[in-house]
Amino acid sequence: MVRCGIAAKVHFSRNTRESNMAAVSPAPATSRLLLSGNEAVARAVWEAGCRVAAAYPGTPSTEMLEVISTYPDIYSEWSVNEKVSLEVAIGAAFAGSRSFCCMKHVGMNVASDALMTLTLTGVAGGLVIAIADDVGLSSSQNEQDSRYWGRFAHLPVFEPSDSQEAYEMTKAGFDFSEKFQVPVILRMTTRINHVKGLVTVGERVAHAAAGFKKEPARWVMTPAGAGKRIPLMFERDKVLRAEAEASPLNIIDNGRDKRVGFVASGPAWMHVRETFPDAPVLKLGFSCPVPIEKIRAFAATVDKLVVVEEVEPLVETELKAAGIECLGKEILPRQGELAPNVLKPAIAKLLGEPVPEGITAPAQVFPRPPTMCVACPHLGVYYTLAQIKNITISGDIGCYTLGAGHPWNALDTTISMGASMGIALGLDKGRGETDKDKRIVAVIGDSTFLHMGMQGLLDMVYNGGNVTVLLLDNRAVGMTGGQSNPGTGRDIHGQEAPRVDFAKLVESLGVKKERIHVLDPYQLPVLFKTIRDEIKIPEVSVIITDQPCVLIDDYKKQKPYEVIDDKCTGCGNCVDVGCPAIHVTRREKVIKPSGKEVELQFVRIETTACTGCTLCVQPCAPEAIVHADLTKPMRLVRH
Amino acid sequence: MSANQITNILVVGIGGQGVMTATEILAEAAIALGHDAKKTEVAGMAQRGGVVSSHLRFGPKVLSPQIMAGTADLLVGFEAAEAMRWCHYLKPGGLVLMNTARLVPPVVDLGLYDYPDDPLAEIKARGYQVHAFDAMAIALELGDVRLGNTVMLGAMADHLPFPPGVLLESILKRFSARKPHMVEVNRKAFEAGRAADAAASHHKESALA
Repeated sequence: MVRCGIAAKVHFSRNTRESNMAAVSPAPATSRLLLSGNEAVARAVWEAGCRVAAAYPGTPSTEMLEVISTYPDIYSEWSVNEKVSLEVAIGAAFAGSRSFCCMKHVGMNVASDALMTLTLTGVAGGLVIAIADDVGLSSSQNEQDSRYWGRFAHLPVFEPSDSQEAYEMTKAGFDFSEKFQVPVILRMTTRINHVKGLVTVGERVAHAAAGFKKEPARWVMTPAGAGKRIPLMFERDKVLRAEAEASPLNIIDNGRDKRVGFVASGPAWMHVRETFPDAPVLKLGFSCPVPIEKIRAFAATVDKLVVVEEVEPLVETELKAAGIECLGKEILPRQGELAPNVLKPAIAKLLGEPVPEGITAPAQVFPRPPTMCVACPHLGVYYTLAQIKNITISGDIGCYTLGAGHPWNALDTTISMGASMGIALGLDKGRGETDKDKRIVAVIGDSTFLHMGMQGLLDMVYNGGNVTVLLLDNRAVGMTGGQSNPGTGRDIHGQEAPRVDFAKLVESLGVKKERIHVLDPYQLPVLFKTIRDEIKIPEVSVIITDQPCVLIDDYKKQKPYEVIDDKCTGCGNCVDVGCPAIHVTRREKVIKPSGKEVELQFVRIETTACTGCTLCVQPCAPEAIVHADLTKPMRLVRH
Repeated sequence: MSANQITNILVVGIGGQGVMTATEILAEAAIALGHDAKKTEVAGMAQRGGVVSSHLRFGPKVLSPQIMAGTADLLVGFEAAEAMRWCHYLKPGGLVLMNTARLVPPVVDLGLYDYPDDPLAEIKARGYQVHAFDAMAIALELGDVRLGNTVMLGAMADHLPFPPGVLLESILKRFSARKPHMVEVNRKAFEAGRAADAAASHHKESALA
């Protein structure tokens, strides 16, 4: 533990990724293991005899594939995006292998093009698609309800409510998928993916690939071919609904307090059972298609029926359409988790009972938003962008989205993976009179660029955009924990893999060679001059910064720095870098000769956290920042 | 321990301090004794210096993994302001084990917010008991700041519904598997944490006397 919590940070290691699961020999059957939902799914995927698993990292889904990659006898890959990962899984399922694909909720937006036709072909080998909804927005740009995909694509949806169920439903999902030749969606939420609970595990049962059978009427979806498959999908809907009505995954707890009965799924079911132990509860584990008749019979046994579902009122709407009286989003929020502290007052109010005493109000404490790491190579980029006037910066998804925060405030838009490219072009083409002199800059990371940014850049070049692109290549999918991608030169197991050459890649997309620069983001003067020069040229430029993420093995620490107190003039230049190792020890208001009042900020550097990147040294006017004398005993500075 | 025999422990701090690992070790100890357990975090991008609160519930059978505000049996704060931020999760009069180290985030350094003057006093003013000690200084004395979370685990050892030895074993098991050379120093850190907690508790009693 250290003042900033930085030195003690997990150091991502590609070659020796640690996991609770044994990397070499998996824990024996019948073991009871403390597993997260993600780890439980991984174990089940392996036990189910799955042969191919693919994903693109995304919180809260990432660990599923990370853990799968540690198991023997299963091919796993980090795909370049979710659509490709699903297509890989589909191909394997067509070949008769059991296959698996997982993604965070927004990943399915990308993959859905494949999903919407996959529902017509169906599968040969079992295919389970785990989608992790970030209910509560712990690390996402929106909050979606992936159960919609079940309705949209006419597919069955299973919803586990803890690790043990995640394990069981994954295995059940493979069997179901194979039996009905239909892909199964496993809908998870952050509160399943990242909660650890006890799981009793079993044996792996191998499933050999049946082999690809040439059957164009089934696998080739031409208009004529698809037209014949659509009625079959409707027939399948009826079968699925009958299965849901009879499914052992939908169970009823007959509580004795019949005033309110609940229909609940996912973690919300646990919260309902916890909060109302005496209430009758119908648990939806197989939640799409909705087992309407089972619920209708249950509804007749209770005075009031309340549907507890995160996030959208899907089940509720279908029940109401079927003439089943129920309550849902009239009394419960349509955003965030339906935890006990939300359920308790809502139901008390419904019953006309006194709403439980408000708990003590939380103390007012400053916010602690996530920050960039000490010596992060992105710090130099945002420090520089913050100094350049009259620019609009289109951003993207990754650690560098934090550039929108303090002290840089150097990111103006964030929408979706790769969107920085198209949005920058749109800002350019759609500029109004007030923006006519604005320069447009796009900022994107290496992995996001490979995921969905390349096409946007191609579009920008083809259509004559006037945009300066900053491609921040830190050789890792940083935000999700340093996973590899085609830009890192390593595969999912840490083995050497072909490494894409970004300069050549963007040149082949049509960017002029003289408009491509590969820079060291720790060289502030060069970075500043290059950005300033390129934004003046009305063409597409690409500036590639080429230094590794500080959390991966490639990053080499340098000798740390410290501040000579007597020399620090309080100018605050180093504070503007935004490095969490720099702390302000004292503020002082002074009147300048011009009569202007300024606040001086005297600083110190957390030497134990500093890795000597020099980003704060370069703008220090009085040269007060010098290499630390490590022979002195470590100081504990109190604020 | 609550009436339904579920123990609720909330461990809070910031990303990178080892909060989640500490809670996991605690969970492993509870499981070793035959309890059911669930552990969950509210950790928005925790690797990036954000707030981490880790919920641990154990007992005969655990349903919801989340502790309701006002029901935690024990709050363990790895950082002073974080202990203050989460203290309303404790049951009335509950105990806070608190590292007095103040980890100042960039938003405070930038002058956008103030760090509370005296988190310890604020928590006490709400009627909670507090055992406060500088876990980081203790860890540094033992030669490695990263021992801080073992110090914190040591401090918890005498406030759990099972003997301290069970927790120590759970810690040492982890290190003997991955870093055997760290076993002895972690044992020392654990005992130092226990001693610091005992001293803080004694200090409080003498203050009352």
